[in-house]
Order: sequence, then structure tokens, then C-alpha cells
Amino acid sequence: MTELSYREAFKAGIVEALESDPRVFIMGEDIGDYGGCYAVTKGLLEKFGKARIIDTPLAESGFVGAGIGAAMGGMRPIVEIMTVNFSLLALDQIINNAATLRHMSNGQVGVPLVIRMACGAGKQLAAQHSHSFEGFFAHVPGLKVLYPGTIADARQMLKQALDDPDPTIIFEHVMLYNRVEEYDEHQAIEEMHKAVVRRAGRDLSIFTWGGNLYKAMETAEQLKKHGHDAEVVDLRCLRPLDRNAIIESVKRTHKALIVDESWKSVGMSAEISATLAEEALYYLDAPIRRVCGQEVPFPYPEHLEMACIPQVDDIVQAALEMLGANETAKG
Amino acid sequence: MANHKTHITREHLHYLLTEMIRIRRFEEACVGLYNEQKIRGFLHLYNGEEAISVGVMQALTEQDSILATYREHGHALARGLSMTSLFAEMFAKMEGCSGGRGGSMHLFDKQKRFYGGNAIVAGALPLAVGLALADKQQNRNNVTCCFFGEGAVAEGEFHESMNLAKLWQLPILFVCENNLYAMGTALAIEESNQQIFTKAASYGIAAQQLDGMNVVDVEAASHLACQAIRNGAGPQFLECRTYRFRGHSMFDSQQYRDKDEIKSWQKKGPIVQLGHWLQDNHQIDAAQIEQIEREADKEIEAAVNAALAGRDEPVGDLFKHVYAQEVNHD
Repeated sequence: MTELSYREAFKAGIVEALESDPRVFIMGEDIGDYGGCYAVTKGLLEKFGKARIIDTPLAESGFVGAGIGAAMGGMRPIVEIMTVNFSLLALDQIINNAATLRHMSNGQVGVPLVIRMACGAGKQLAAQHSHSFEGFFAHVPGLKVLYPGTIADARQMLKQALDDPDPTIIFEHVMLYNRVEEYDEHQAIEEMHKAVVRRAGRDLSIFTWGGNLYKAMETAEQLKKHGHDAEVVDLRCLRPLDRNAIIESVKRTHKALIVDESWKSVGMSAEISATLAEEALYYLDAPIRRVCGQEVPFPYPEHLEMACIPQVDDIVQAALEMLGANETAKG
Repeated sequence: MANHKTHITREHLHYLLTEMIRIRRFEEACVGLYNEQKIRGFLHLYNGEEAISVGVMQALTEQDSILATYREHGHALARGLSMTSLFAEMFAKMEGCSGGRGGSMHLFDKQKRFYGGNAIVAGALPLAVGLALADKQQNRNNVTCCFFGEGAVAEGEFHESMNLAKLWQLPILFVCENNLYAMGTALAIEESNQQIFTKAASYGIAAQQLDGMNVVDVEAASHLACQAIRNGAGPQFLECRTYRFRGHSMFDSQQYRDKDEIKSWQKKGPIVQLGHWLQDNHQIDAAQIEQIEREADKEIEAAVNAALAGRDEPVGDLFKHVYAQEVNHD
């Protein structure tokens, strides 16, 4: 066991990929000389050289498209987009090309590309640098969407994504980078398409992923003090979504609470709710609850930003209401 | 020019003429098939622009990569895709070059390194940058050839790709088919600077403008450009001035241009231009040209019949190739 920050974990994954496969290279804005906006790629230029650590101009559509083309041409590119908000400038390439080429060409052209991007709120970066758009990308057939929320996934998911023959997006929540956790290098992670029960419980299922997983785990600890046994399910792959794991968890606990930092309307939380309504309605003992981001562009002031995103207290309160409502009903 | 001169034999000129006539007759056959509703969706024809794909293709090897637009039948034929595989594609049959999945706008043949068929204007330019980057990183001395219309020049992806191509000194031949109209919008209405090649030149790319109606000029310029690229000179840019004789697509009533303009361009069309030159210099006679046309029509008829006999893809195959391995969403 070693102590590792998420930043170090992401970086170690990249280093391993570069060392083990000559087809792998990484490109993006300020990843070389600057060392990466969030310092994930710091020192890689010195170690691997300019041919494999490529600083790009501010041209998201251009360099994401170049990553797609390079993948078509036999390379295994990792493209870093500085923040998810900038990825909107590359949506044409991601959706019209990366996601469609295999199907449209009848399987002739694959795009084994990995795109990493920072996302999420909590650093007072206001309304153009704080979003959680994983739901947008998870909407699109042809893409795979990963969102590591444990130190082991942060360290090891990249390898699975690079081994996958299809375009894969990996989200990295900015509030995780400095977080330090114990990492067991001998423990392999689960297959990337699988949701993982991080804490087994009987009374309530909390579904979340990425930057909100630790909040769900803290919530479970607090609920324990109230005498409730919550299950936490980490939906680490949002496309394809492991619906079976969601349904199976609810079959055990009969209550579903979804924590999603993004807006509630038309997002991942709605998709998960709909899945339960379609497939597990009769296993539910209480209405589904969602704790989501507030439906505003992100504000700059700290107290307003904190009010925008799910906090442990909000999740605990929602859970207690669900559990209490059930007890009342029983009574 | 050594390369160029070696190709100027009578046989080669006959070959170029034959290729252009094949494409022209193919496109005319598509009109009928569209009216019969055997071809559906959007259909964009290449009439008038044949000299560009045919000329450029002479300079490319089997290892070079090609990307084109939604007006790409001519490029596919000039690259050697069979008429049957194209018709079958447009008839949505499994025997099509893209398994019937793409239709007219999305012709693919990986064996021939023909990477589509892209229906997003300028959408293929960044892909060309990436394919060329992959060649460079793997030390393969190949050219990536990217065709696009002048409408693409207004897109940001054009400028991003020019910058990246030159910045990284990539082996790309950019071929702008300037037919003067982006759909129905004339060049003067959409471009502040209508000298397209100067935009590429402003990025430091070797760029020139040429007569896209003259197949010999296009071939000669392409040979020189590809030679430069293979010698490490980085990206090259050809602006081929041309004109599309038919509408943008089959739904175009062409209110934006007058008939005299079309007629004046037809007089200097690539097929009549080369045909007349060969006849004036006694290198071909009218009967031989008719013979070429008959051969093309025979090829077309056989290809249409073969393609019509193709199979429809079973609905059960719908999810095939969304991912390399089918993904369960239930």
C-alpha cells in the first residue's frame, strides 16, 4: 500500500501506457512545457520527448480530430482537453466522426482513441469551467464514457480504455486531483464496463460516480450513526451503463437515491430513474430521490457554488427522509 | 516536371479521358436511379469537376490515404472502387462499399485507404491531420490527400487544420475544389478574401491556384506536390478552379445562378476540353470517344444490375459495428 494523490494516479497510468506501447502518445493544450493545466502531465515532456508529448494550439476541434485520424492510422492517442467546457468546441469531431465512423463504414474504420478531460465544480471557476457534461457524452451511441471515482480506478482505468477498440472518454473531477488515498498496486480493478458496489448495505442504494463517490461514502458513514445501512453503487462507466447492477441493488434495498453533480433535468439521474421505473418499479418501497446540481450556470461566489452542488448534508437529509417516510408507512 | 512529362503519352491521355467519362456517365445514371427512387437520401453529383479527382489520383500510391466530401463518387471511382460497390451502397445493399450503411455521402473502402465520404463540411480536415501524423510517427513515407470544397474554407476546422499541418510539417496534400458556390452561396457572398489559396499560403503552406478543368494541369501539379511532400517539404495546397454543372443536390432549383453562366462553363468542361484537344491533334477520333462512352455505359448497366441483386441487411444486424464488440444496453 502506498499513499497516492489522484493526480499522481492519473499520471502513473499515463506513464505506464507510454512505456508499454510505442503507439501511445498524448497531446493537448499546455501538457508539455507548462506541465498540464492541472499538472497531471508534469515532467512527461522531459521523460518522453516532443514526439510523444505534443503541445497543441488552442484548436480543440483540430486536435481532437487529429487524435481521431491518428487512431484511424494505427496509433493509440490520448487527447487531453483542458476542461470539459472546451470539449464543446470539439463536439463535431467527437460525435460526427469518432462515434459514427465504425458504424457508418460497416466496421471498416475504428477509432481507438482516449480523450481525458477535467470537469466538475468546487474551485470557484464560475460558469465556463465548472460543469459536468458526462450525460451529454453518455447520450451518444459509439462512445464509451468512464468516470473514475476511486484511486485504483484513477490509476488503472486508462489501460482498459486504451485496450478498448472504441473511442473512450475519461472524466477527471478537479476536486479529486489533490485528494490522497491508499493505493494497493497489487489489486486489479474490475472490468471497466461494470458498476461496482463500494459499500454493501440493506436499507437504501445510493447511486453515483466520479467526484461524488466519496460524498456518497461519507453519507453512508453518517447514516450508519443513525442506524441505517446504506449501499453505495459506483456507476464508473456511464456508457454503456451497467443497468443490471442498478436494478440488482434496488432489489436488495428497495430504495434508490441518485447523486449527480450535473443538472437534474434530462441528465444521467433521469436516465437512472427511468431505468428503475421501467425495470424495477415493483421492487421500490419509496419514490426515487435525486440530489443534483442546481439548474443555474455555475456562480463564482464560494457559498453559491457550494449551494449548487450536492453536499454530504443534502444527501444525508434526503436519505433520512426516504428512510423515515418508509418507517412511517410501516407504522 | 520530369514525372509529369513521362506520363503524357497518348495512351495515358486516353486513360484520363476514359476515367472522366466513366465518372460523368456514372453520375448521369445516378440521376435516373434517383428519379426512380432506387437511390434515396441526399445525392450530390460531380459533373464538371471530374478532372480534379482523376488528375490528383494519378499522383497517389496504394499506400496513400484519401479523404473526401459528400460529393465523392468521382474520387471513389478514380481510386478504383468498383461501380457495383458504389451502386450497391446507394441502393442500401450489403454489397455496398460501406455495407449499405452510409449511402451516397459515406463511401468507405479501407483496403483502398479511402476514408470517406464525410458529410460535415470541413469535418475531414482534422482527420487528415491525424492520419498524416500517424504516418509520420510510424515513419511511413505516405501522403494523405484531403479533398474539400471552397465552402469548407469558412469553417474554423479548415484554419485549425492548416495551422496544425504546417506547424507539424505533415505529409498532406490539400485539394480545394473551388466550384464557386457553397451550396447556393456564391464565393463573393461568403469570403472576404476570395483567393482561397492565399489563405493556405498565409500559414506558410506551399499553395497554388490552377485550372481544375484541365486534367493534365491537375495531374502535373499533383505529381510535383506529392514529390515535394515525400521529400519532406510538408503540406501542399492546390486550389482547383472548377464548376459544378448540376445543382448542389437533387433538390436544387438553382435560383442563385443563371443558365448562361452554366453554359459558358460547360464549354470549357474537363471532358470536352481534353476530347477536343485530342481530336484537334489527331490523337483520337469521334468514333473512339463514342466507343469509350459505350464501354462506360456497359459497365454501368452491368453494375446497376449486379447491385440491384444485392441483399438488404437484416434488421437484426442493426447494432453491429456501433462498437467493435456489441454492447448490452438492457
